[in-house]
Amino acid sequence: MLGIVGTVPWENFPLSTGDISLKDDHLMIGGSTVPVNRGTPALMAAAWMTADVIGTSAPFGYLAGDIGRGKGSRSLYNYLAEQLPKSHFQTLTFHYLQPIIHWHERLQAILMQLQNRPFLIADAGYMYVAKMSGKASLYDLFTPDVGELAFLADEKAPHPFYTRGFILHDENKVPDLISRAYRYGNAARHLIVKGRQDYFADKAGILATVDSPVEEALEAMGGTGDTLTGIVSALIDSGIDVRRAAVIAMKANRLAGRYAQPTPATQVMEVIRHIPNALREVIGTTDDAVFHP
Amino acid sequence: MAFFGLLKKKSDRQPEIMSSKTDRGILVFENTTEVIQAETILKREGFEYKVMGPPPEIQRGCDLVIEFPLIEELNILRTLENERLSPLETVPVTNPLLKPVDLFHTKDFGRYLMVRAANMKLTMDKDTGRIVNVSGGGCPDVPYLAYELVGHTLNEAPNPREIGHTLCGYALYLAYEEVKRQCLV
Repeated sequence: MLGIVGTVPWENFPLSTGDISLKDDHLMIGGSTVPVNRGTPALMAAAWMTADVIGTSAPFGYLAGDIGRGKGSRSLYNYLAEQLPKSHFQTLTFHYLQPIIHWHERLQAILMQLQNRPFLIADAGYMYVAKMSGKASLYDLFTPDVGELAFLADEKAPHPFYTRGFILHDENKVPDLISRAYRYGNAARHLIVKGRQDYFADKAGILATVDSPVEEALEAMGGTGDTLTGIVSALIDSGIDVRRAAVIAMKANRLAGRYAQPTPATQVMEVIRHIPNALREVIGTTDDAVFHP
Repeated sequence: MAFFGLLKKKSDRQPEIMSSKTDRGILVFENTTEVIQAETILKREGFEYKVMGPPPEIQRGCDLVIEFPLIEELNILRTLENERLSPLETVPVTNPLLKPVDLFHTKDFGRYLMVRAANMKLTMDKDTGRIVNVSGGGCPDVPYLAYELVGHTLNEAPNPREIGHTLCGYALYLAYEEVKRQCLV
């Protein structure tokens, strides 16, 4: 089963857990309903749609309300510290959480003690704290955009806000940034880098790239990285090899973006609606055996 | 006074490993009076903090600094400024010579203009003056800021510096100021 951990931008939103479902552009989890716009709800919606298409069970979600003060994230960290030892996830994706090193280290210690350690994916704030902690290599997949890759590549930066200029200038040299991130131990076992061209890489270098279709407007749209992380999380959880899952996800996310006919003002739910068709098309041309009806 | 208690507590502690400090920042003040004022405010507002001696790289200020969770930089600076107190410098503990990002990347989509600062992007409609998208970032105030800003004109929208809390919020504020600079001249 896939577990997804993140936050929503309402301070009084109660800590909610349970199987995720999606109806009328709203996410349902543990009796709570959340509109899908960007952030973790977008990731969860994309993962739910992917699981629905490939015929696997709905993801299990952990959501707390946090507007950046860290209160909701702390309650979620605390809850996970109690619950994860009893969990049986095959895949666990961490997303928008306040980066707090001591909580990250506590959860990592718990995850390392599990008899069957899940496939660990981190994006957004949790990817930041994994790098800040010097524990990036304990993860199986990070999904940065190019700006975040520059942060991973800068061994001195504690947050993207402090990425040094000479590294940010190198954004057109994604392969160099990837190798620099691995050289300093600041990358997960695998990376998916979202950008004008998407990259799948490990410490040996670039393993796959996807560069079409191109929709320039997607760069401005909040949430398209979240959808990519959601799609690949559900694919990996279904048992597909990580490289194939990455390629399918990169292609399907771009195709869903194309189907949405986006402008820079388009909101990500427009893209999410097209994920099922995009996935079916990509899987149909890649490998029918992906389906588990 | 809590200020002296903290100094004593610090001296009793074992040195922490580097990684445990990576999420910490330092506030540097002109004199110890300001340090004490800042400590009083941070304590009252419930922030996590510690008073300590400055690292050797810090060349300015007095012989005490305040350590705080770096991610909360924007929130803490705003809280102090509301009490008319501004540090000389705010720097990461592990690399005090690092400076905040000062590079802006601008992309013109015709009707729309996108500005990126560090990991945050803000896009506005040049015809209507409305903010149409916020993307990038990883701290939990990013979806909150997007929710508060998108759909509003630059003049109506709340300033991310006023409602953001984290370094991602700070980066969005820089992008917001750059968009204003380019569009409202």
